[in-house]
Amino acid sequence: MSDRTLNGRERLTPSQRARRRFMSHRVAMASGAFMVALILLVLAWPIFSQPTFAPHLPQALTWAPDKLNDAQFHPPSAAHWFGTDALGRDQLARVAVGARVSLLVGAVGAGVSLIIGVLWGAISGYVGGRTDSMMMRFVDILYSLPSIIFVIVLITTLEVLVKQWMTKIFVGGAPEAVRLLFLFFGIGAVSWLTMARIVRGEVLSLRTRQFVDASRALGAGHAQLLFRHILPNISGVIIVYLALTVPSVILFESFLSYLGLGIQPPMASWGSLIADGAQQINPIRIYWWLLVFPAGVLTSTLLALSFLGDGLRDALDPRANR
Amino acid sequence: MIPARDDHHVPAGMNYFRRTRDSLAACFSFLTVLLALLSLLGCGKKEPRADITIINGAEPESLDPAIITGQPDGRVVGALFEGLTRLNAKTATPEPALAERWEISPDGKMYTFHLRTNAVWSTGGSITAADVVYSWRRVVDPLTASDYAGQLFLVKNAEEINAGKIKDLAALGAQVLDPYTLRVELVAPATFFLDLCAFRTLAVVPRATIEKYGDQWIMARPLPTSGPYTLDAWRIRDKIRVRKNPRHWDAANVQNEVVDFLPVESPNTALNLYESGAADIIWDKGLVPTELLDILRKRTDCHNFDYLGTYFYRYNTTHKPFDDPRVRKALLLAVDKRRLVERITRAGEKTASHLTPPGMANYTAPEGLGYDPALAKKLLSEAGFPGGKGFPPFQYLYNSSKVHEQIAVELQQMWKETLGLKMELRQTEWKVYLAEQSKTNYHLCRSSWIGDYNDPNTFLDMFMSNNGNNRTGWVNARYDQLMRDANQQTDVKRRAALLREAETLLIRDELPIAPLYFYVGVTFYDPEKIEGIYSNVLDEHPIYTIRKKR
Amino acid sequence: MYFFKRALYLIPLLLVISFLAFVLVRVAPGGPFDKERKPASPEIERNLKAKYHLDEPLWKQYARYLAGLARGDFGPSLKYRNHTVNDILLQGLPVSLSLGFIAFGFAQAIGIPLGFYTAVRRGQWADYGGSFLALLAVCVPGFVVGPLLIMWLAVKFHWFPVGLWETPWHAVLPMVALGLYFGGKIARLMREGMLNTLSAEYITTARAKGLRESVILWKHAFRLAVLPVLSYSGPLLADLLTGSFVVENIFQIPGVGVFLVNSSLNRDYTMVVGLVLLYAALLVVLNLLVDLSYSLLDPRVKHE
Repeated sequence: MSDRTLNGRERLTPSQRARRRFMSHRVAMASGAFMVALILLVLAWPIFSQPTFAPHLPQALTWAPDKLNDAQFHPPSAAHWFGTDALGRDQLARVAVGARVSLLVGAVGAGVSLIIGVLWGAISGYVGGRTDSMMMRFVDILYSLPSIIFVIVLITTLEVLVKQWMTKIFVGGAPEAVRLLFLFFGIGAVSWLTMARIVRGEVLSLRTRQFVDASRALGAGHAQLLFRHILPNISGVIIVYLALTVPSVILFESFLSYLGLGIQPPMASWGSLIADGAQQINPIRIYWWLLVFPAGVLTSTLLALSFLGDGLRDALDPRANR
Repeated sequence: MIPARDDHHVPAGMNYFRRTRDSLAACFSFLTVLLALLSLLGCGKKEPRADITIINGAEPESLDPAIITGQPDGRVVGALFEGLTRLNAKTATPEPALAERWEISPDGKMYTFHLRTNAVWSTGGSITAADVVYSWRRVVDPLTASDYAGQLFLVKNAEEINAGKIKDLAALGAQVLDPYTLRVELVAPATFFLDLCAFRTLAVVPRATIEKYGDQWIMARPLPTSGPYTLDAWRIRDKIRVRKNPRHWDAANVQNEVVDFLPVESPNTALNLYESGAADIIWDKGLVPTELLDILRKRTDCHNFDYLGTYFYRYNTTHKPFDDPRVRKALLLAVDKRRLVERITRAGEKTASHLTPPGMANYTAPEGLGYDPALAKKLLSEAGFPGGKGFPPFQYLYNSSKVHEQIAVELQQMWKETLGLKMELRQTEWKVYLAEQSKTNYHLCRSSWIGDYNDPNTFLDMFMSNNGNNRTGWVNARYDQLMRDANQQTDVKRRAALLREAETLLIRDELPIAPLYFYVGVTFYDPEKIEGIYSNVLDEHPIYTIRKKR
Repeated sequence: MYFFKRALYLIPLLLVISFLAFVLVRVAPGGPFDKERKPASPEIERNLKAKYHLDEPLWKQYARYLAGLARGDFGPSLKYRNHTVNDILLQGLPVSLSLGFIAFGFAQAIGIPLGFYTAVRRGQWADYGGSFLALLAVCVPGFVVGPLLIMWLAVKFHWFPVGLWETPWHAVLPMVALGLYFGGKIARLMREGMLNTLSAEYITTARAKGLRESVILWKHAFRLAVLPVLSYSGPLLADLLTGSFVVENIFQIPGVGVFLVNSSLNRDYTMVVGLVLLYAALLVVLNLLVDLSYSLLDPRVKHE
């Protein structure tokens, strides 16, 4: 916003400055590296079990996620790094494959709440008055409707129709994709509501600040005011809440799956693996690896995402001098 | 640069600030008080502990004998309301209850019951034949909308009244001869009618209370009951508390004063409550974490027993290629059932080759198909799918539950490896599962059945072509005929032979269903502390015989 | 004035919501009386539907429902046929309200200080440690925390009861299991709000004037920093007050949270609509309170 931030150093374009600030954030850099490695691993996983690669890799990396072994509830070992589950399936393979669903669900949830939630909340808060009232009451309605019934209706009535239609166009592989699509849709539909309320609250408070008045007096249009002046000022809250949306949609997915509304077994997701693992907690005997590994991977991913978000907001923040 | 706003140079703002803080403080203290009050309100009452606390499974949907359908409901109702007969705690065979003795006519169609003269309601007043007739008429009355009205359809005109074809309730084949004598006329001889008389639906209920309070009569206080206990409290999802009925004819033999039933649905919660001593007994097959069964079964407080329940899957026989019995047989022959009971259910279940469980009275089931991968492959290629080639992808429908899922995954793997078939899993929630099943909108579908009474009929009549529970699209005139003939028989041996022939058709020749294993009942209680629970095939454990050792 | 205008919105809003829920739950396949075993004859099913007027056209059913509602009658539960929806709500609501309020208090009590502290210590190890704890709480949900607490604190050490809802002592573990997750979220929001405010111009000015740091933090920054937390509190409180399916299940607590999920699964039509109405009313009122407190905390926010 002002030249003050440069503190007499050489002049850089804003994007160069942002990149430089981000690079200097060591934790954020490490988190970024973690995320890249994770995504690469997830993408590469199916290749490991191919005959050309498998002989050169440790056996533990080559299990198929739905391969049943005779070793049920096997603790972590050289052959199964993360142990095996109730049916003798390799837990590492399941965590690796589960990442796909969970990361996708997280990305969709975050994407929807970023686009719809932020826009809805910002416009509602900025325009105010009757529009604000109507827009927020709409959010209230969506909030109040039971999301489970919503998802049931979505899946049972629409899914059948779309599935028939899809199988006509694409041959094979369509049904599972449709289920995922509806899962995303259902989760997206509820993920943006809280974001909208939070953004609205912030905008409501910001729009009366003097710098906004001043910009307006200088002839800035509504869109310019909103996108250039108000939203950058609340980017921090948006990023933080975004990072919080990811775990909640991942867990919401596991809840839906638990009720029989989410992904279809034998497919797995981090959420459903954690839910399975939580079932193992009892005072008599714990198969700890069924809980610790999926929960650990989810937690590290979210930590990485949050620190990444932190680095990002520092880099993008218009008042970076702090 | 825009000048910064500073509240300190704006006295009006400062005032506002102070006021805000005061009101905020007020708000918070108000909240705190509210919070404290609510907490007191929510968890104020602590009752004295019951003599025996039982973890009973799902919350009962009702405690009205005419309405209930579930096993957890039945266990509580059995304590409150009694019928003409009751099931013996050890053998689960009928013994005299409100009726002291009875006579059966030679053709097996006329029953004359003699009621006890010392049977009274818990609120006083004797229980008479008129009360029995009222209770039965109420069950078949269409206005009562009883799910289990079918349990009385053996009685003359019951089905017609329930269907609205006869409007007069008095036409029901149960007549009062005198206050303590009752005559019942059946449409067919039924060797299991005395078992049915002990069934909850036929229990005796208080007319005056029902007519006064309508559908919520169970909540009336005091509630007149005919059984060994009275209802103290029913707080939904909290507990049901029953107390000994001192006026009951058999009160001298009722072993405990106060019993609590806790509605718990999660196995881990049940186990935690039991392990910490908050409950004395767990008695529901769904309430045991299967992963722990290998440890738990070695303990002295774990009691296994056979009972009348079978786990199987249905084929949709109207859907190609499952309309071909060879395909249906091939699939079942490729299933290693031992793997399912050893790896998944783990409570000592026996694999099933037939539908009616072992231990059924007066009946031995025929042997069905076992595990034979070679024959399975042969049958599949005979049906036109050598090595699974050309077999369309199909789905296995099941309702979401861990055990069902694990069984589905195992089946999926077995059929893939042995027969080269590709099966998809289709997991839905309960009501969707039921809707799809009853519309036969599935390919294969996980199922199970628990016997209502100790007779093969409770399993086999399900697959008659007009039965609402058939749900496979399987229609077989010979099967229907065999079942009808069997139920007209008064000779126990000949009846068993006919039923056996029918079951052979069902599980060896035609196979619209594929039996997998028989359920095992599991109850937890410490035999050092609790006595009076006996294992029997109906999983029937009357609470009046249970007591704590001193 | 503003309050009353907003409160007036409540009535049409609830009508819309009740209608949507009423229709939605009936569109879902399967009905309240579908059971594993079919009744012996189709007439039995017909009798059942007739008794609860499910055989009437939808508009007539809805009109009947509204007529009942006008008398304050939510109708009979279709799943628990001896109980009315009013009975069940009256019994479960006090429990859910107490659990929700204390969990809310707990979440705020750990979230706000943690967020405040990590913001003040920004970029230091205390910040990373605190943020880690907050995120851990967010990633490890109630269905993991609850069983862990029970296993150690209740079964192993006998410090707390395993479950049930009898004395205040019984409420401690459920409170933690329910509140921890939200406490983590609040801490993150609070930290962000705090950072945002600390960089605002008026704080810079206050610093320039040489005001003491503690005064700046508590008197000036805190007030605005709590805004994101406040926006989040409305929906959060509504979520908590209607209880939590998972925690009520794990601790065997007789609240209404379980019904919020189960009545949908059971297709208990009257129960679903009753609960939705209750939840909606709660949500709208709480959001209204949140909106009012915006202007209390930040005098620049005005409501027209």
